[in-house]
Amino acid sequence: MKKALALAIAGMMAASLAACGSSASSTADTAASAAASTAASTAASSAAESTAAPAADAAGADFSNIKVGFIFLHDENSTYDLNFINAANAAAAALGLSSDQVVLKTNVPEGQECYDTAAELADSGCNIIFADSFGHEDFMIQAAEEFPDVQFCHSTGTKAHTQGLDNYHNAFASIYEGRYLAGVAAGMKLNEMIDSGEITAEEAKIGYVGAYTYAEVISGYTSFFLGARSQCESATMEVTFTGSWYDETAEKEAANKLIDDNCVLISQHADSMGAPTACESAGVPNVSYNGSTQSVGPNTYIISSSIDWAPYFQYAITCAANGEAIDADWTGTLDTASVLTQEINTNAAAAGTAEKLEEVKAELEAGTLHVFDTSAFTVTVTDSSNVNATVDENGVLTGYMADVDTDPAYEGDTEAVADGYFHESEYRSAPYFDLQIDGISLMDTAF
Amino acid sequence: MAKSKVREQRFHIAKRSQLVWYRVWGIRGIALLLSLVVCAIVTMGLTGDNPVEVFTTMVYGAFGTQRKVWILLQDLAILLCISLALTPAFKMRFWNIGGEGQVLIGCLAAAACMLKVGTKVPSPVLIILMVIASVGAGAVWAMIPAVCKAKWGTNETLFTLMMNYVATQILAYFIIRWEVPKGSGKIGIINQDTHAGWFPTIAGNKYLLNVLIVLALTIGMYLYLKYSKQGYEISVVGESEKTARYVGIKVERVIIRTLAISGAICGLCGLILVAGTDHTVTTTIAGGEGFTGVMVAWMGKFNPITMVFTALLLIFMDRGASEIATAFGLNQSFGDILTGIIIFFLIGCEFFINYQIQIKKSSGKEA
Repeated sequence: MKKALALAIAGMMAASLAACGSSASSTADTAASAAASTAASTAASSAAESTAAPAADAAGADFSNIKVGFIFLHDENSTYDLNFINAANAAAAALGLSSDQVVLKTNVPEGQECYDTAAELADSGCNIIFADSFGHEDFMIQAAEEFPDVQFCHSTGTKAHTQGLDNYHNAFASIYEGRYLAGVAAGMKLNEMIDSGEITAEEAKIGYVGAYTYAEVISGYTSFFLGARSQCESATMEVTFTGSWYDETAEKEAANKLIDDNCVLISQHADSMGAPTACESAGVPNVSYNGSTQSVGPNTYIISSSIDWAPYFQYAITCAANGEAIDADWTGTLDTASVLTQEINTNAAAAGTAEKLEEVKAELEAGTLHVFDTSAFTVTVTDSSNVNATVDENGVLTGYMADVDTDPAYEGDTEAVADGYFHESEYRSAPYFDLQIDGISLMDTAF
Repeated sequence: MAKSKVREQRFHIAKRSQLVWYRVWGIRGIALLLSLVVCAIVTMGLTGDNPVEVFTTMVYGAFGTQRKVWILLQDLAILLCISLALTPAFKMRFWNIGGEGQVLIGCLAAAACMLKVGTKVPSPVLIILMVIASVGAGAVWAMIPAVCKAKWGTNETLFTLMMNYVATQILAYFIIRWEVPKGSGKIGIINQDTHAGWFPTIAGNKYLLNVLIVLALTIGMYLYLKYSKQGYEISVVGESEKTARYVGIKVERVIIRTLAISGAICGLCGLILVAGTDHTVTTTIAGGEGFTGVMVAWMGKFNPITMVFTALLLIFMDRGASEIATAFGLNQSFGDILTGIIIFFLIGCEFFINYQIQIKKSSGKEA
């Protein structure tokens, strides 16, 4: 028995070794190409100067004593982390940091390992340390308390504005504006399908694959839906949740379920290629997130919205170099080039999409258009949903106590509705819009 | 394959008699050296990096600074703790694949005390409560399959494996119940302000207490298995249940008792993770070490002292891997490949310790 097991283990290892071998070579390729592209962009950056110069003055800063640490939840195989890794390399190149001034730590779980890694980075002389995943937050705070002279910057977190630490900061971007723009493209696609007789106006149902019933996801799908409905009035939406930020099978199954449920266009807020792949095989148009997924959906991918973190990294590193205070909450916008819409796929997008998006983007930037304009949607208040909302007799939102200061009771603490719109990402950088608006139906909300 | 058929075979595999210890360790030493050579070839072939530099960096990653040494010891303590928990069960030939679930249930019990009792009672009382809760939860979790095996002869491998999934789902349910903020699917650090239910730091060191607990456990387990009556009963049941019954050992009782110990130590490991290390709980907090622990126990031949070294090897490789991922821009998986190669050789060499290959001298045709 013992020998049989030992042999079995040995056999398994040989098999896994073979499997690893192939992935290793591709990883090595990726690493090599990444290195090459970094080198290329370093060379280019000296000529191009810092591209979208963020608020802080990078030109006069002295970066010679700066060392930057980055903590990533996964590695470049995750689209979410790849987006951060690319931004880290771009920011380093733009600021002219040498390779020994930048330390990238990948595959750091959301546990004590995050604290240990942050502390090790601080030990090794980093003056500023970034972490990319929501669950890293408390461990970054723990490290920030221990190293008061080191700046700790955490993307997507919610606690910096209440923590009272000078060296701990949060950042996010007004991605709801990017989602809204992607929604406009989706609405135009629906209109095209209605005009061509492919579907009737009543059949314009969108499907959305979400990760958790978390404010960031709710804010995302609601802004996407409002963008779509601004173009296609009859649009409705069905949202389902997978209970994971990255589960390719679950996301694919969720997309297929929505397609079976007569959804004619799919979008998603989860990080795998699951939904785009399902859409391509079913021939259903898809609006993506985090970056272009045209490679898996050449005929169905329309557009993608994403956050570019490089402007924030440049801003925070420059502040650290100048000895200036970093904002407790920093929200990137269309203006800082933090919110992007990736290239439009003309095979799938409706004609005139690019022009329309430019137009809407200009309105958003000018402040003449607000994504969460209370006249654009209605809300139904019941005992179990939207309890923090007040509405008038027509269902128009008149007030909402948002849970901006994170607490275990989810208590609403900040009035977010004023001047006829919901002020998203203003009282803290991470989204806090978590209303259920009419026209969107939710399924599988266990998560 | 070793059956002697009429057809002549050039190779013949035969069971060895017991080798003297220095030859055993000689074979293992050669295997380790060969594995390092293969690692070096793979490193040069795939990455073009200097293998000596890669190894040096791995050593630095594991032992380079005082903090790195402490992290290494902490990781070692957790892995060793789980391996120690599994050892009595495996020695009894009870295939407890459920370490992961037993740890998670222990984590859940400890976290529940921290969240629900918190500062309502003085800190020492809370910690005692947590010890009882998590050790008890782990023991009960392991005793369920043990009782079923003892009473109805169910298959313990499948049962304990299944209990892992049940534990993960129960934990996932409570994480959703306790998540902060709403919808995030994360609990975050528990009692970050009050430190209620956190293990105390000894001489300013976060991990020293964890390491001391596991050190005591290692010695205790060694003595228990080697010198106690119960330890002897475990060996007898493991060698042959029939013999055990013949000499009057109550096999059912030994199975249940041993699994209670196994589960209790897993529960304790959960406590160390929640109260002494992470101060939060996630479904991935055990990180698959319930399974890695099986390998540590096997490679250490169920000897707690030897297991210290097998666990150290795995943790060293793991810490080293993360360092080379950073220093050379290699993916962390590359470190796993190197670990795989080394373990392949170390497990593979056991074959040459237990068997010998005899080359037939066939009638002189080939020299």
